[in-house]
Amino acid sequence: MNLIRYQAPDLAPWPALDRWSNLRDELNSFFDMPFWSSFSRTSQLFTGWSPALDLYESGDHLVAVVELPGMRKEDIEISLHDGTLTISGERKRENTNGETAQRTERHVGTFRRSITLPTRVDASKVSATYQDGILKVTLPKAEEAKPKQIQVS
Amino acid sequence: MNSLTRETRESDRVQAEQFITPPASVTEIGDGYVLEIEMPGVKKDGLEISVENNELTLIGRRSLSAVEGTLLHRESRPENFRRAFEIDPSIAADKIGAKIDQGLVTLTLPKAEHVKPRKITVC
Repeated sequence: MNLIRYQAPDLAPWPALDRWSNLRDELNSFFDMPFWSSFSRTSQLFTGWSPALDLYESGDHLVAVVELPGMRKEDIEISLHDGTLTISGERKRENTNGETAQRTERHVGTFRRSITLPTRVDASKVSATYQDGILKVTLPKAEEAKPKQIQVS
Repeated sequence: MNSLTRETRESDRVQAEQFITPPASVTEIGDGYVLEIEMPGVKKDGLEISVENNELTLIGRRSLSAVEGTLLHRESRPENFRRAFEIDPSIAADKIGAKIDQGLVTLTLPKAEHVKPRKITVC
């Protein structure tokens, strides 16, 4: 895959900036490809189960969105260590007295999902909500990672 | 990218709509079955359950609140969920119960009275 596109010199007054935005677009489209999601899904076969995770970035924070249907809030653990966000927990099997499983596609047991964050975050201000089976972790960027505008005095 | 997928989702072109198949589990309990289907991001009003010609169809439409910012990494699928099951004639289709909690749909499918084992007392 070609990460950096050829640039016609007369079209790019700010070649450095333009190159970065191209690179970012290429990476985004790479992650958008169905291949990527199916690849990460297959890894479940080897590591128990691993929920789907989306990561967003805006000016002053990162947001991780994780699909965790049918969990209890208390069974989800979020930790941050060395710039890596880890979401882990356990989906407990409900008591199975007198029950016969006819078809089992849902994952039960422990899961763990880690992602290396692209910027530094302020660990003390991380917050999370869990609604409709979707966990949303908001990670405010550390002061030094926020975009800054410097005034010329 | 986000707004583009949302538009197709809300369009009326049902035929062209793409769905993903969510994982499901079926358990037999005493006098019925329990069906659990994972539909993260689906609220009560986004869930459509129908029974027609012994076919039980579930459609879950997601109402995801848009996250502001640029998408850096994506593993979730933007499509809605659809799953269909053929139901056993022994199930009382009019007594099917459904609930959705934290993106997990739980259906209870009781067996019809006439197929339940019963004891006949000799008088």
